[in-house]
Amino acid sequence: MSKNLRFPILILLITMFSCSDAEDDTGGDTTDSFDRGKMLQNWADNIIIPSFETFEGITQNLEEKTLAFTEEPTEAGLTELRSAYEEGYLGFQTVSLFEIGEAEAVNYRANLNTYPLDAEGVEEKISADEYNLELPSSYDEQGFPALDYLLNGIAESDSEIVEFYTSHENAEVYKNYLESVSKRINALTSVVHSGWKNSFRDDFVANTGSSSTGAVDRITNDYVLYYEKFVRSGKIGIPAGAFTGNPVPGAVEAYYSPSLSKDLYLTALQTTQNFFNGRHFDGSQDGPGYDDYLDYLNTIKNGEDLSSLINGQFVTINEQAAVLDNNFVSQVENNNNDMLAAFDELQQNVVLLKVDMMQALSISVDYVDSDGD
Amino acid sequence: MIQWITSYFNRNTQAAPLAVFRVFFGFMMLASIVRFWLNGWIEKLYILPKFSFSYYGFEWVKPLGNFTYVIFIICGLSAFFVGIGYKYRLAIITFFLSFTYIELMDKTTYLNHYYFISVLSFLLIFLPANAYFSVDAKKNPGIAFQKIPRWCIDSIKLLLGIVYFYAGLAKINSDWLLKAMPLKIWLPSKYDLPFLGDLLQQEWVHYAFSWSGMFYDLLIPFLLLYRRTRLFAFVLVVIFHVLTRVLFPIGMFPYIMIVSALIFFDSGIHHKILEKISRFFGIVKAYFDNGRELNFYPKKKKFLLSFLSLFFIVQLLLPWRYLLYPGELFWTEEGFRFSWRVMLMEKAGYAQLKVVDGETGKRFYVDNSDFLTPFQEKQMSTQPDFILQYAHFLADHFKKDGHENIEIYVESYVALNGRKSTSYIDPDTNLLEEKDSFKHKTFILPFNDQIKGL
Repeated sequence: MSKNLRFPILILLITMFSCSDAEDDTGGDTTDSFDRGKMLQNWADNIIIPSFETFEGITQNLEEKTLAFTEEPTEAGLTELRSAYEEGYLGFQTVSLFEIGEAEAVNYRANLNTYPLDAEGVEEKISADEYNLELPSSYDEQGFPALDYLLNGIAESDSEIVEFYTSHENAEVYKNYLESVSKRINALTSVVHSGWKNSFRDDFVANTGSSSTGAVDRITNDYVLYYEKFVRSGKIGIPAGAFTGNPVPGAVEAYYSPSLSKDLYLTALQTTQNFFNGRHFDGSQDGPGYDDYLDYLNTIKNGEDLSSLINGQFVTINEQAAVLDNNFVSQVENNNNDMLAAFDELQQNVVLLKVDMMQALSISVDYVDSDGD
Repeated sequence: MIQWITSYFNRNTQAAPLAVFRVFFGFMMLASIVRFWLNGWIEKLYILPKFSFSYYGFEWVKPLGNFTYVIFIICGLSAFFVGIGYKYRLAIITFFLSFTYIELMDKTTYLNHYYFISVLSFLLIFLPANAYFSVDAKKNPGIAFQKIPRWCIDSIKLLLGIVYFYAGLAKINSDWLLKAMPLKIWLPSKYDLPFLGDLLQQEWVHYAFSWSGMFYDLLIPFLLLYRRTRLFAFVLVVIFHVLTRVLFPIGMFPYIMIVSALIFFDSGIHHKILEKISRFFGIVKAYFDNGRELNFYPKKKKFLLSFLSLFFIVQLLLPWRYLLYPGELFWTEEGFRFSWRVMLMEKAGYAQLKVVDGETGKRFYVDNSDFLTPFQEKQMSTQPDFILQYAHFLADHFKKDGHENIEIYVESYVALNGRKSTSYIDPDTNLLEEKDSFKHKTFILPFNDQIKGL
């Protein structure tokens, strides 16, 4: 080989071996540019972990109230358990977004909130006294929708509901099932929360890499997916029949206690907006979030002020929500057009988040990792 | 002039560069196929999707279920045979057909690189790349030649030159040069690269990369052609492609281009490369150094030269076809493919298709993930021909489901090179009334800005 060629070919070989497809994720220190590590830190320490902290307290209380009720099922106990359930369902809206780490490993969201519930399935399992909530096929037979059914849906009046846990021939199984559901909610929450408290927090914050396995990339994909599939479609679009043409009241979240449904929606919406702005869970202040990241990138490219546009749309969405009934079941049954209007407003931010924000951050939607041009 | 041309086409040269090119090409293609398979992409890209986006006129080319693997095996084997030069003509034709079939199965995966491989393998069908250092030449001394017509090697240089030069021309536009877009989006996101990370946040770096990228593409063919700048040019080729490999998910392509650029060097280097290979595998290279010269029969030569001239005229004209369409090329993408427009724009979109019953007015949206992979959805949402094809597919699907009087509309938004997303396809056009064709698609809404340049 010619001497002259040795050098370039050496470089070529070195790079061929050094840039293997798996990107190295240990990010170098960045000095005068935006500090993604600080943003991840803010998300983890001031939003995600405090949210789980609080929520674990709530699910702990939920389990205790459940056990107190099954110990001695009374109407007063039922009322108390119901308020623990409502607090729990609302609390869940502050953590459901973070399907990453342990949450992803245990399919946290699917376990806690797959709806509509398969109520017939639940009944069959109870009458057969045979169930295993750990099976993926049981996603739609547990979690908050199952609690909703067991506390609000199995009968009309409170006294009739309590009878299921006292005089019903399967009363023991009903009690066991109710306990299993509450315990599992609490146990899974504890697993996810410990995951964050142990090593995952540090892994998450340190994983500042820009590849598709970097923490910013991963959580951004989770964020946009959550907003699109679980807030826009799950809470509004599917019940409104946006994808079928006919409203589906049965697909409303908290179907058996539907006066809760709008609050669930608003809480989830607030969570997505707060995360966008890096607002601390306790609401005290804003830390670094997507808004600051977008503003930083905009100082480079001088484009549209995306963070204001997105926040503006969040305001519009909230304003539109004012016309919605607290009860989404009666909303879709009586005035579905307002529900579809809510869908359209939410849609505007899907475009801004999924198209404009992700383009600005140069993050690709979880595509197949194929080659580019 | 005519005399010069005649004498040029009568000149012979060493066959070694073409042989080296064939060997490297064959084995790199084999490696690419194996890599593609090992990454699980055959399954992800061709077997799992429920629907594939066909090229206009090639609707009959479809993934064949598990038989798709067989096509890849055929393609890989033929690449191997090209590499060793065994039954070369059959092997390269098989490679061209199988590779092109793979590319035609779904335009979702279109890459200029793949098109380049198809075009190059087509050209190679007509070149005597097995005349030297091949199993064919070893088995059949009658077709073994140490020297071949010079134009055979120059035609590969011409093709490479076109690829680079046209890629450079495409960069002469206001977004690339005056706004440093899309590099201004792409480069800052590589903040975690050692040494480069912080530099890539600087605006001047984005401009420097944009301008030098353009000059590189425009000038590199000429710098490689002239002996005095050749080595410098080759060093540039290596640096440039390695840099693109570091910055972008670009697969095997940089290596293919670097190795291809070797063809510009004199035969001395190629003989040395072949000597090394011979020593390693215990091949007697001297056997091929028979001093024989290949001269095509006049009729065959005339045919080959006319045919390849036509081929190159098409190659030179095809990238300009976008001029026949109104509107901004980056926006409409009419005439965008097959034109060496590489890494030119950052485009993202969102398309929500709406199925409407024309009589009752009842409507519902389509959940794209029911039908498309995320990758297909991404490509669909920014390209009008995809959207149209998808709409027709959906109509067939919902007809089978018993829906009637189907009309299909799309609400779509596209963001191009950092501009805010705007409406893309006319939301009032029933897409089922539109047919795909090479004509301008009138249902694309106008681009609200201007990108000046070629």
